[in-house]
Amino acid sequence: MATAHGSAELMDFDEVFETYEPVLGFEVHVELSTKTKMFSAAPNEFGSAPNTNIAPVDLGLPGSLPTVNETAVRYSISLGLALGCQIAKSSRFARKNYFYPDLGKNYQISQFDEPIAFEGSVEVELEDGTTVTVPIERAHMEEDAGKLTHMGGSTGRIQGAEYSLVDYNRAGVPLVEIVTKPIYGAEKRAPEIAKAYVATIRDIVRSLGISEARMERGNLRCDANVSLRPRSKAGEEPAPLGTRTETKNVNSLRSVERAVRYEIQRQAAILAKGGTITQETRHWHEDTGTTSAGRPKSDADDYRYFPEPDLLPVVPSAELINELRAALPESPAIFRRRLQADYGFTDSEFRDILNANILVEMEETVKAGASPAQARKWWLGEILRIANAQGVEPGTLVTPFNVSELIALVESGQLTDRLARQVLEGVVAGEGSPDEVVKARGLAVVSDDTALIAAIDTALESQPDVLAKIRDGKVQAAGAVIGAVMKAMKGQADAARVRELVLERSSKL
Amino acid sequence: MTDLTRVTAAALAELLSTREVSSVEATRAHLDRIEAVDTDLHAFLHIDSDGALKRASEIDQLRADGHEVGPLAGVPVAVKDVLCTIGMPSTAGSKILEGWMPPYDATVVARMRSANLVLLGKTNMDEFAMGSSTEYSAYGPTRNPWDRERTPGGSGGGSAAAVGAFEAPFALGSDTGGSIRQPAAFTGTVGVKPTYGGVSRYGAIALASSLDQVGPVSRTVLDAALLHDVIGGHDPHDATSLTDFWPSFAAAAREGAEAPSLKGVRIGVIKELGGDGFQKGVNDRFTEALALAEAAGAEIVEVSAPHFEYGIAAYYLILPAEASSNLAKFDSVRFGLRVTPEGGGTVEQVMSATREAGFGPEVKRRVILGTYALSAGYYDAYYGSAQKVRTLIQRDFAAAFDRVDVLVSPSAPTTAFTFGEKTDDPLSMYLNDITTIPANLAGIPGMSLPMGLAAEDGLPTGLQIMAPAREDVRLYRIGAAFEALFAQQWGGSLLDQLPTMAGMGAERATVGAPAPAPASVLPVHGAPEPGFGTEPDGGTR
Amino acid sequence: MPEQQVISAEQVQHLAGLARIALTPDEIQHLAVELGTIVDNIRKVSEVATADVPATSHPIPLTNVFRPDVVGEVLTNEQALSGAPESADGRFKVSAILGEEQ
Repeated sequence: MATAHGSAELMDFDEVFETYEPVLGFEVHVELSTKTKMFSAAPNEFGSAPNTNIAPVDLGLPGSLPTVNETAVRYSISLGLALGCQIAKSSRFARKNYFYPDLGKNYQISQFDEPIAFEGSVEVELEDGTTVTVPIERAHMEEDAGKLTHMGGSTGRIQGAEYSLVDYNRAGVPLVEIVTKPIYGAEKRAPEIAKAYVATIRDIVRSLGISEARMERGNLRCDANVSLRPRSKAGEEPAPLGTRTETKNVNSLRSVERAVRYEIQRQAAILAKGGTITQETRHWHEDTGTTSAGRPKSDADDYRYFPEPDLLPVVPSAELINELRAALPESPAIFRRRLQADYGFTDSEFRDILNANILVEMEETVKAGASPAQARKWWLGEILRIANAQGVEPGTLVTPFNVSELIALVESGQLTDRLARQVLEGVVAGEGSPDEVVKARGLAVVSDDTALIAAIDTALESQPDVLAKIRDGKVQAAGAVIGAVMKAMKGQADAARVRELVLERSSKL
Repeated sequence: MTDLTRVTAAALAELLSTREVSSVEATRAHLDRIEAVDTDLHAFLHIDSDGALKRASEIDQLRADGHEVGPLAGVPVAVKDVLCTIGMPSTAGSKILEGWMPPYDATVVARMRSANLVLLGKTNMDEFAMGSSTEYSAYGPTRNPWDRERTPGGSGGGSAAAVGAFEAPFALGSDTGGSIRQPAAFTGTVGVKPTYGGVSRYGAIALASSLDQVGPVSRTVLDAALLHDVIGGHDPHDATSLTDFWPSFAAAAREGAEAPSLKGVRIGVIKELGGDGFQKGVNDRFTEALALAEAAGAEIVEVSAPHFEYGIAAYYLILPAEASSNLAKFDSVRFGLRVTPEGGGTVEQVMSATREAGFGPEVKRRVILGTYALSAGYYDAYYGSAQKVRTLIQRDFAAAFDRVDVLVSPSAPTTAFTFGEKTDDPLSMYLNDITTIPANLAGIPGMSLPMGLAAEDGLPTGLQIMAPAREDVRLYRIGAAFEALFAQQWGGSLLDQLPTMAGMGAERATVGAPAPAPASVLPVHGAPEPGFGTEPDGGTR
Repeated sequence: MPEQQVISAEQVQHLAGLARIALTPDEIQHLAVELGTIVDNIRKVSEVATADVPATSHPIPLTNVFRPDVVGEVLTNEQALSGAPESADGRFKVSAILGEEQ
């Protein structure tokens, strides 16, 4: 089964709303950027060789025991506070029992009836500036699973694979799972709200500095629950909730939007034909823009939760909660409004920054000394171009501090824009800081007039006709000489300065 | 020359420190003894002769070079196979872990190595410590040194038999519902279950995490204390490990033995743990032990623990529930056995086939029972209720300890039973744990020490002493006093009466109990013979 | 003993599925009877477990036991894989996760 996808019948999106009302719900998993794992002292590091960030408990070795990472608990409480949640007086871990080869112990240490944070809400700003409140049910701590690679078969997918390989480096990485309450009234904006909600969570965790929140790396993962119910007429009781599907593997903001839209259309088409929705997990396929059926939810999902006997309750003190509350950064919405005012950008200028997802980078770059205009120019220009070409987020290419250094080098005349682009290329390639790249590649502007004058004199002497024209006041003729000089200097000269000197030398020779 | 296998660990340590004997000699003596008797007894699953002799010789060298080697340096020790040991297979008595070599040491093992103890090998046990007779070991049962047709108890029958049969001076065990104390009672040895959290569980292959506790098995109270001093104390790898400062248990044991008096000690007798349903010989010895204590100045107080009758039920819900989850890791992916169904199969099928082939009947029974107890719709009635019973049993203990310093009971309702006697009826096996389970449910420390032989079968009985949580030191002081009083009464240690093992010469020397003198004429107030219970007993009688 | 079927064979089969043990039909029959007897004896816990009694999950109550976020010892790849029934490319190897009929 499950191999064919993309063939489902869809109802026209606008038509859906004549008959049905969508109800949304989200489970967002945030990987915390702690130094070590949730329950072991092995490094929490992306990209290491397989099975090298491993302590005995990450493999579920017999006799091994978990221990709780204090920083992960603090991060989780901060996140709970940022989501407007209440922090539990006493919270505890529970075992969620199910067999899967990416789970070293064949149970996941999670939280069940006593999550660390509950009952909150998040203000989500849509593109036109309207705000939607998303109610939060809970945020709880848990551990990530290992990574399976399916081998053999043609697709690299689980279906048709001959065997699988397991890497437990990610097993035990701290996660916070944020669960919303059902979101009603989204109507046609459902896909947009979905995207904006996930973007807001991403901005919150990034502003807290508790996660890199890079969706392409799986630091932030969204499971989207969608159900439809018949639209009720005025004065009627609302219809009961429809059967929901849970779409997993939605790993970009754009995909969140598309997946929700797709599920709404798919479910509507089934319901319109008198069919029923199967309660199931569905997988999102980025390439085809479709979902396919995964595991049906059934009584096999008997997770047999019970309090984790190897771990003790977490009882956050009032002092700790107050300390963390006091350290909370401003909310992303307020933060955005403040920055726009500080930078003096128009709405449309600022919208570009938000859409490119470089707000935090902008702020850091300006903090490091660059002007807002220059920072915007570089982030929205060359950096965004490289990011788009590589299919990654701009913020992953270069640090704001390096960008501010680069801008400083240009402003002090040490680099031309053209040279600066080459330096940026070196920084992105991992060759070091802008200063280091300038040194290593020998890219500094030749600011020594002696060298320039020598080159100018040579050029003027080899082109006496041009020299004559300049002396006659035909200043535009200088262009040919300037070009020759720039070529001789391999581009590492400030063209304006060269021009000045050409005119000066012309009168003297 | 002294038979080095007959002396206590404390005495052997003394001989080693004065360099009268070397660790190589002591180790070789025990390996020889193992070779002589263990084919018959099967207390060991793995004997590390080469490793032990090599380590012994290194320790001898360290001592010769004048290094500070520690009070127990060079003394051999046996390790229950539930503990992870680098360089020795760690199977927990299961086929599913056959040959598994852990890449790390259990904390208690690491501590024994740092204390320069010599690890002889790994001892037999019921598979994953599920059982009370060692009959559920996937590698065959251990025999009781007192009667080879009988079990040594369990799950730690291997450690108890090894120590009782002089194959090791002491050993480590683990106690989830009596697995140290009941085998001690069945083999005439001493076993201690420390306060929950007093000894690290890191590297102990988990049965039931909220009940498991590692502890010492020995022939004397002092030896248990010496080993407890080595393995105990806080371990950051175990979140449930207590950060308490622990006094020297050895000092407490020495103090208790020095002037064996129980003057002013209030001893509570739990009404529910004794009497009807207990073997007559066990009850008789227990009554005499109380008389002995009273004569030594103790005040005997009867206390009631009304919720103990629910203890076994609660235990056989909590244990299988936690075990069903703890044993899920044995799935053929990362370690241990893999069985592929004929013609291959999916990973799910491989897991299921492996667990079917790799787990024995008792493990399957408890895993299925635990899965049931936790499954949707049953949690509140079973697991949830069992945890409430736990609270009630803790309250019973708290009320009792308001009135008394320690509680006592027989360590087990019977003496050692015969092979096959209870394997056909799991429930009767479970009921045998009635005396030991409450301490695990409440997390309090308990000790079993020899209380004499039952008249009807001539087999050892055990006296269980329990103290409030964190008061392990009380067990050692009072246990050592009891031990000294018994020794005065018997004219030696109970193990002096151990029948000679096959291949070791004479037939069983004594049948039945040493005739205990009536309590009224016991010489309890006389000065103790120097060093009783702590010195070598001179070997065979 | 009509009420003896406390646990049915179907139930045992289902539990064995959850617990990933491929029990034989004989084992299932046998376990259904044995577990029935055991459950009959242990269900008495609910008699005294009234609503006012709190549950005890840890025998010695402790709270807030944390580990500082500092990298500690890790296993080498060789150590990690040392017990693996099968491995390849530094990873653990398992047979296909989905059956063809799924």
